[in-house]
Order: sequence, then structure tokens, then C-alpha cells
Amino acid sequence: MRELNTLTAHELIALLNIGDISPIDICKGVLDAIKNKDAKLNALVHFDENKVFERVNALAKKDGTKALWGIPIFIKDNICVRDELTTCSSKILDGFCPPYNATVIDKLSQNGAVLMGKTNMDEFAFGSSTETSCYGTTRNPWDLERIPGGSSGGAAACVAADEAIFALGSDTGGSIRQPASLCGVVGLKPTYGRVSRYGLIAFASSLDQIGPVTKDVEDAALLLKVISGHDSMDSTSVNKPVPDYPSLIKRDVKALKIGIPRQYFIEGLDAEVKDSMREAIKRIEDMGCVCEDMDLPHTEFAVSVYYLVATAEASSNLARFDGVQYGLRSKQAKSFIDMYKKTRQIGFGDEAKRRIILGTFALSSGYYDAYYLRALKVRTLIKRDFEDAFKKFDAIITPTSPTPAFRIGEKTQDPLTMYLSDIFTISANLAGIPGVSVPCGFTRDNLPIGLQILGSPFDEETILRIAYNYEQNTDWHKKRPKI
Amino acid sequence: MAITKDTVKYVANLARIELTEKELSHFTGQLDRILDYVHKLKTLDVARLEPTSHVLEMKNIYREDKVKQSLPPSEVMKNAPAKEKDLFKVQKIV
Amino acid sequence: MTYETVIGLEVHLQLKTESKAFCGCSTDFGAPPNTQVCPVCLGFPGSLPVLNRQALILAAKVAISLNCQIAKLIRFDRKNYYYPDLPKAYQISQYSQPLSQHGCLPVLVDGKEKRIKITRVHLEEDTGKLFHQSSYSLIDFNRCGIPLLEIVSEPDINSPDEAYMYLRSLKSVLEYIDVSDCNMEEGSLRCDANISIRKAGSKELGVKTEIKNMNSFRAVKTALEYEEKRQIESLEKGERIAQETRLYDADSGITESMRSKEEAHDYRYFPEPDLVPFNFEDAFLKDIENRMPELPLARKKRLMAEYSISDYDARCIVGDKNMALYFEKCVSIYKKPKEIANWLMGDISAYIKEHDLTINDLDLKTEHFVGMLKMIDSGLISGKIAKSLLIDMIQTKKDPCALVKEKGLEQISDEGEIENIVKEVILENPKSVGDLKSGKENAIMFLVGKVMAKTKGKANPKKVNEMLRKKI
Repeated sequence: MRELNTLTAHELIALLNIGDISPIDICKGVLDAIKNKDAKLNALVHFDENKVFERVNALAKKDGTKALWGIPIFIKDNICVRDELTTCSSKILDGFCPPYNATVIDKLSQNGAVLMGKTNMDEFAFGSSTETSCYGTTRNPWDLERIPGGSSGGAAACVAADEAIFALGSDTGGSIRQPASLCGVVGLKPTYGRVSRYGLIAFASSLDQIGPVTKDVEDAALLLKVISGHDSMDSTSVNKPVPDYPSLIKRDVKALKIGIPRQYFIEGLDAEVKDSMREAIKRIEDMGCVCEDMDLPHTEFAVSVYYLVATAEASSNLARFDGVQYGLRSKQAKSFIDMYKKTRQIGFGDEAKRRIILGTFALSSGYYDAYYLRALKVRTLIKRDFEDAFKKFDAIITPTSPTPAFRIGEKTQDPLTMYLSDIFTISANLAGIPGVSVPCGFTRDNLPIGLQILGSPFDEETILRIAYNYEQNTDWHKKRPKI
Repeated sequence: MAITKDTVKYVANLARIELTEKELSHFTGQLDRILDYVHKLKTLDVARLEPTSHVLEMKNIYREDKVKQSLPPSEVMKNAPAKEKDLFKVQKIV
Repeated sequence: MTYETVIGLEVHLQLKTESKAFCGCSTDFGAPPNTQVCPVCLGFPGSLPVLNRQALILAAKVAISLNCQIAKLIRFDRKNYYYPDLPKAYQISQYSQPLSQHGCLPVLVDGKEKRIKITRVHLEEDTGKLFHQSSYSLIDFNRCGIPLLEIVSEPDINSPDEAYMYLRSLKSVLEYIDVSDCNMEEGSLRCDANISIRKAGSKELGVKTEIKNMNSFRAVKTALEYEEKRQIESLEKGERIAQETRLYDADSGITESMRSKEEAHDYRYFPEPDLVPFNFEDAFLKDIENRMPELPLARKKRLMAEYSISDYDARCIVGDKNMALYFEKCVSIYKKPKEIANWLMGDISAYIKEHDLTINDLDLKTEHFVGMLKMIDSGLISGKIAKSLLIDMIQTKKDPCALVKEKGLEQISDEGEIENIVKEVILENPKSVGDLKSGKENAIMFLVGKVMAKTKGKANPKKVNEMLRKKI
């Protein structure tokens, strides 16, 4: 019998249903894995074994309505859990325990999931490598000298390493999909508005979404179904019925039309990633899909738009971290203005400071029109590219990341280089469309490569269906790192 | 130059972040490079475009005027770095 | 050198909703600190706003009653600045696509109607409250998130008195539509003023100062009077006016420069991403309009039609909802609308203005007031006596009959008594008598006045007039 921590949620649910195992068994399996591996990985930040046992023991009786009953789940550290440390891997939120749950946490609890703890992330989700965390970087389970991606690096690493069954991450410019790709797991960013943002500590309010990080597509579908749905506490959450993703993904994909954008196969795309993609596209064609080259003409502007729009919103969202009501407060301050300036000086890391300054600049008097407003207008062009594309295509396939996982420290000197690693994922956030990354190969150095499938708004079903069928036709998702 | 040290200093002040001299120099160079890159947006003609600040077409989302239970003060204050009874305490403002 | 004073007023009004603008916390006044707060109005990380529909409805009512154009599509924007009473470090407000613009408020100034233009009326959220101790400050967020309406006037106001009348007119309209407690002492209505001086006839505006910290309508008037004088004096000396914010000090009646270093605010307004836009469907607006109480204008038309009073009188009466109610109550017990209107617009309004009160504050029973009018009509007291009787009634709350008896105010109509005094006055004022004989009509008023003085106002002036003419 395989060790329980190496199974997927749907496999564990089947075992729980026939009574072969209990939630405690699963927890113990996961806890053992954590003890063995996390010292090397540093994927988890706030984790208390005693609390986990309390929660398992407090589990209400199993019944048919609890879709995730007994399954442990890890949560990215920017999602509020009542009375639990939620710090966005930042010093400025040191000690912060929110007095309320994010809506997704309530949904997980209502469905019987067991909250395990928090995963590491780039500070305030600012990053693509988890290197900006105040708790130190998380290491990629496939190569401990490399980054796991970011900003949901901790979530992706612990799922890939079987320290977790599955996890929730957040995605603003690729922060679920890119680490999923670099760690060889599945990561989904839902359509903007599909999942409530209430309780997600905001980075960029018009781009953020919470989504699943899982070992396979079926688990992603399962988790997506639980966390999706309208929330009256979130004005930007959409009132649309939630499809039964787990059953819908198992239908076939014959005759689906898939677009392959030329703009994603460019200079700078790693040769091995390119080769993997070609193979994957062939495989998808064998499944019955029709793949065709097409254009998303404004792709090259996405990173520029993102680093103006997202940082502008972030500069405003992070202005509240001032030491008044919670978190860190500088003791050196001579006046209340001084308190703000010094608290934010010592509380924020470099990347946070850079992005806040960049965003503040883009909104400031004299620069607003040339930077922020212009970026919002170009965003319209990017959104239109996808609207036009989805008139003809059911889905779009691209590489998730231009390269496999890079070395720790390799891109920290030049922020721009780091930003360009988001080049394939950012557009989906700007347009608000859903995207999923699934493993599609490995490099010669045994580093995972990911394939991204993008869909039209609220059509998670189609992209998950393609992802599921592809996965069932390959073995990439079964491979595990040796730590 | 897309951005000068003086501008970075001014903007950091707007954002209420104190920067060391080292940070100021370092960040100015980095931000300059980033802003240089984003200047590619200038090559596009945006005159007739509407800005997209919301990707959703939704309008008119609101709630009814009903009072809901507030947080108890103990919950409100429990993260406070400084407090006096049920009031947040800060350095003198005026 | 004559100068023109230019004033613009910015009024912030707390709307009377049960719950806050963006969350379900109560808006009740006076609760213990930080007991009416939640993650949303505290701005805790991860919290999100959801707009209170009633706030929008009340805001629309105000916009309609101020004759504003309501925008088809409205948005919210973030106004970014740092202050400890602002937990998110931004205020959800409206900047580029506000609720409404281009309205006007008719104000009676020296008997003439002046239409003060309203630049905009928009919705935003209130901040917390600060309490300053000797070496630290304390913050209560109960008030944070209460819906506020910002009403900005054009700089159409040209004197501190006009500013006062504008505020009174505004309050009366707001009371008609019952959207706010309009209480400056409790803070549900706040006012900041901008004032500048320019040479009469000049088209350019002078440098303006912003005046804050005025806690009553009267304070607004006093503060502006002081500031107007200060600026004019400065200009006469050839000094430059500094563009600054000044605080009014109620104890000394002066404005003082805020000594703290003033940085021009860069609010970095941008569209609030957590709230979606609103469009006012025609049906929605029509529904609001239909439910509005009879507004001053409609009431004015009705009063003119029903009671045959003049446009001017009707306009004055409806200026205050409670005044209009008082008027109609009086007319229902005494069918002399013109007389009632005259007294309301004349002596009663003068008293109200002088003592900074409202008609309800006077607590003058309609029966007492009407009783007094009846006494005038019957000749029991003279019109002149009635003026002081009115004040007595207001101050003592006694009924007019009791007061008349108490003070012996009955009019002297007895011919014999009047005749004696008339004779005296004729003897004492030969010059005026001569003037009257030679055709100078003004002299009669002088002589009547003399008789009235001798009778302490109690003589029946008509009879006095007749008798004087007969004797001369």
C-alpha cells in the first residue's frame, strides 16, 4: 500500500468511504512527511502539530454533504484563518492573527477539510521565486538549490514533496501556475470573480484569485468546486452556478479547437521547454483536438501593463500597514508620521518597497495619465485579444514558464529579469480568464516543465477537461521528487 | 532617465517609507530600468481606448441596509501594538 | 478700493442609514468605543466593501432635491492619504464619475432669491475619531465607514451672511427629505469654507484660505467675518495672502494658521477595484422621486393656490419645513393666512435669526400666537404692543390673555383718554402742527409717534391719526 501522504485527495476519499482508513491516519502520514522533509524544503511557515490533532479530533461526523471530509489542506499565508498567524511572509504582519476567516476557509471547513497550516510565499505575493519571504526561501523538491517558483512556492513545493495532499494558493500574475509548473504539480487560476476574495490579503484587487495547487487534475476540479461560488461579502464575486467540475472533466475532448499563440514561442524560450511543448501538442492532437497557430498580438505589452496596474493597486492595498492596529510597530519613532515611515522601513522587504514606490509613482500627480491610465487602456487591448481568440478557439495552450526552475539567487539582482519570468502567465490575470498548468515533461536535469491551458471566462470546465484528458494520456503527474 | 533619485525620494515619502541612502541609490537604478522597459507602452495608440479597471461587466452590486453583529472589542483590539482600554493608542498626533 | 468676497462651502453630511456604507455595523451615535466595528470598516487585511443600497437612495434624494444632474453611470474611487483615523490609508470616495453635478440651491438673501450653484454631490465614507491626550492620541473607529455625502458649492457666495443663509436653506431642504440628523454639534453635518477676496469687478479669483473647525452655522458666519476682515486688511497693507488651512477658534472668534507643515496632498485617485460601477435605471430614479415628500417648491405652489398668499410669502414660509407646518396649523385655526404669513416672515423670523434658533425651538403654541392675532384684530391691543407681547410669549411661554392682563397692555381706544393726550401733544409740538397745516404730510407721523410714546404704545394709532387730523 502506498503511503497515505503520497495519494491524491480523490484516492483518499475513496479509501475513507470504504472505511479502510481514518482522517487521523492521513494526518499522521502527512505529519511524518513534514518531519522528514520540511527542514530541507522550508515550505511551511505557521504550523502547529497539536492544533492539527485538535482539528482532526473535532471533525464532525462524516456525511455525504462534506466533499473533503477528513482531507488535510495547506493554505498560503496570505489567506486569513481566524486566530491563526497570517503574515503574508512579511515582518510587517508579525504576530497578526485575524479575527475572522476568509470565505474559502469557511467553505473548506463546511466541507470537512482539515486545516493543517500555512505555506511560505513571496512577501505579499511579490515575486516569482519565494525568495522575498521573510522566512527565507522555499527550495524546489526536485533540486534543493533551485527555487520552487512563486509566489505560491511553499504550496507547490509541499504538494510536490507529498508533505501535503493539496493546498490553496493565490494567483495575481501567475503565482499559482508558475510554481506549479516549476514543481511538477497542477495549479489553477480560476476566472476572476469565480472564487471569493474575501479574506485574501490583497495584492492587486482587480487581478487576484485564490486557486487549487494539487497533485492531479481531478483534485483541482474537486477543490475548485468547493471553493467556488458567489459571496455576498465580495462585490466582485459573480453569481453564477458552480458546475460539477469533477464529473465534467471526464468527458472527452474530441474536436475541441485549440489555439497556439505564436507570441509565446519566442527568443528566450528554453529549448527543452519548447521541445516538451511540441510533444505535448502532438499528444493533444492525438486526443482528438484540433490545434492551430494563432495570434495574441499584444502579448509583448503584458508585463509592462502588469507592473503598472498591479503595483498601483498594491501600493494602495499595502498603505494600511502602518503599525496602528496590528502587526509590527517601530519603537524608534518620534512622532506618528515617523512611526509610519520607520515601521514601513523595517517591516517591508526590498521587493515590497520597490513595488510600492513604483505603484505610487504610476498613480501620482503628473504621471497618472502616462503610466497608470495608459496601462489600463492597453489592458483593454490584451483583453480583446482573448475575446477575439475565444470566438474561434475553445482553449489556448502555451508553456507556463519560459524556463524550468532557476537557481536560488540567480535573478534576485535584477528585478526586471525576475519580472520577465511571468511573461506567459500575466495576460490571463489582466484579462480575467482562467488558466491551469499541468506537468508536461522534464528537462535533462530532471526539472519539471509545465503546460498552460487558458480558457474563456467561466469555462474552467473545458480547460480542466483538456488537462485531465492529457494527464490520463501521460505519466508526468505520477513522477515524484526524491528528497 | 525615466526616474531620478529625487523623484524616488519624493514618492517614497508619499508612500510613507523611509529609505536609507543605500536603498535610495539602489532602488533608483532598478526602478529606472523597469520604467524604461514599460515605456514600450508609449508605442501604442491608446487615444480611442476605454481603460479596463474592472474585467467583469457587472454593475449594481449592493446589500440591504440591515445591521449585522459587529466584532466584540476583545477581538478588535487583540492585535493592537498599543491600546488604552478599548481604544487604539498612537504617538500624539496634534 | 472696494472688494468682493468670494466664498465656497463644502458640507459633509452623515446619511441616516441603519448600517454603515460598506458593512453591516450599526451607525448609532454614542456607543462605547470600538464596539460598532468589523474587519471591513476597520480595514483589516483581506476585508472587502459592499455598498449599502439605502445610502445610494438617500444620496439620490439629496441630489434630486438640490436640482442636480444624476450621472447615468457612477463609480467609486480611492482617495489615498495617511492619517490614523483612516484605517485603510484610503477613503472610498468619488472623483471622476460622481453621483451628481451641476445643481443649485435657492437662498433668500435680503429678501431676494439667489441661486447658489452646487458643483457636485457625491458619496463617501466617514473616518474614525481621534482623542488627543497630553502625550498620545487614541482612536475610536465606530464612526469609520458611516456614509457621508459631500455637497460642494460653487464659489457663488458673496458674504458671511449669505453663507449662513445657504447653510440654513440647505438644512431645511435636507430636513424635508429626512436623510440626516443635520446636527452640527453631533457631527452629522460638518462644514468647511473656502474664502478669498478680489477687487470688485475683477474676474480672477484671489488666493483662498480654507477654514475648518466650525461647529455651528453661527460659527461659520463669525469665522468668515473674521477671515474676510483679515484678508482685506492684509491686502490693503499690500501683503500677500498665503494659501493655507486655518482653524477657527470658537472661544476667541478668530482663525489661526495650522502651524504643522502643510504638504499639498496628492490623493492619487484611481477607480476602486473592489466595487463595481452603478447605473441608475430610470425606473429606480422615478421611484425615488415619487416617494419624495412634498418639496419646498411644490409646497410653495400649493400654499399660494390654497391660501392666496404671495409668491414671496410662500417662498419664505416653505424655506423651513417646520415653518410651513406651523403656518398651515395656524391657518387651520384662524383663517387669516396673509396676517399669519406677515408675522411669521417679519417679527418671528427676525427673532429666530437673531437668536440662532428654529421655529420649533421657539415652542410658541399656535393657540397663543393666533390668540394674539385675534386680539389685534379686535382692537384689544395695538400692533405695536403685539410686537413686544410676542417676545414675552416666547420667553415666558404664558398665554397672551394672561400677559395682557398682567402688564396692562390693553389698547387705549377710549376717545376721551386719547383726546387728552392728543391735546397735550398738539400744545407741545407747535412746529409740527404748523408743518402739517402747511401740507407736510410727514408731520402727522411725527405727531402720532409722540402720542404713542406718551401712551407707551397702547393708543389705537388709527384713532390717534383721525383725532389729530380733526383737531388740526
